[in-house]
Amino acid sequence: MNLWTAVLLASGLAYLTKLAGYLVPGGLLTGRATARALALLPVALLAALVGVQTVSAPGPSLVLDARLAGVAAAAVALLLRAPFLLVLVVAAGVAALTRAVGWAA
Amino acid sequence: MTSQVTSAPPLAPHRRRAVLRQALVVGAATGLYGISFGALSVAAGLTFWQTMALSALLFSGGSQFAFVGVVAAGGAGSAAVATATLLGVRNGLYGLQMSGPLRVRGPRRLAAAQLTIDESTAVGVVQPEPSGRRLGFWATGAAVFVCWNLMTAVGAMVGDALGDTRRFGLDAMAAAAFLALLWPRLRGAEPWAVAVVAAAVAIVCVPALPPGLPVIAAAVVAVAVGTARAGRAERARRGTTA
Repeated sequence: MNLWTAVLLASGLAYLTKLAGYLVPGGLLTGRATARALALLPVALLAALVGVQTVSAPGPSLVLDARLAGVAAAAVALLLRAPFLLVLVVAAGVAALTRAVGWAA
Repeated sequence: MTSQVTSAPPLAPHRRRAVLRQALVVGAATGLYGISFGALSVAAGLTFWQTMALSALLFSGGSQFAFVGVVAAGGAGSAAVATATLLGVRNGLYGLQMSGPLRVRGPRRLAAAQLTIDESTAVGVVQPEPSGRRLGFWATGAAVFVCWNLMTAVGAMVGDALGDTRRFGLDAMAAAAFLALLWPRLRGAEPWAVAVVAAAVAIVCVPALPPGLPVIAAAVVAVAVGTARAGRAERARRGTTA
């Protein structure tokens, strides 16, 4: 799939998903199991993305590098209730520093 | 903004100012991490205009980060679309939640749908009065939309100028962005269990599946596990074995 096609398709689907919330009759998705699964979906996806983004490398393969140090630093920043942007700056800074001093690739 | 609803009392001036202030603060804070999205997107190989199209048209931070994350990992376009779309399912639930208080029809409903994201819904639903909920949703949605798109453009230009982004730790920033989006959702044992299972399954799948698919596989497994556990707990409470 061409990258532009993917961008526009993802945008269209995102919009239809948003709009669907206004169009479906209330009470359709209120089943307990459905509601729970839908509430857990972002948790599962985001956690999977954290894992993959931290240790995946082209190949595809698994590799431990400076990203792990960056993500660990981000977790500490989140524990200390740092705002979103500071968390990202800390992660990037620690990973860059780890590479600069040669502790990890 | 509330003129179409004649039955609801108008918002008191001090409440109006308070809601608008809240909307602007949330808009500015969200806009700031639009910079990181813009930079990561061009680092992943998207052009400036593809990056801008995601912010203006897709307009849902988590899905946008996921989309460029899959592309950066060398994943297929279809995997990027699937991951972004699954992550955007929650916006549909927000629409379900906001359609009552907003009471929108026609073109206003089409506009409301585009602005239905984490931030606008969060500020909207916490207001005590109906007119406050409407103002909170619209003002926050508009503020986030403007700030997010402006800052995406800034980030995309900065990212283009950076060159080798690994030297600046931008790859670690991508993982940290997902962690920061995940963090507020990790309240209680169940979200933690699902998160750990999902991350573990995804990592194990990385060498075996094409890029992009491990995330989707992990989500399916984790949600199935979570739902099954909830079902067992529910039956145990009812004292049945069915």
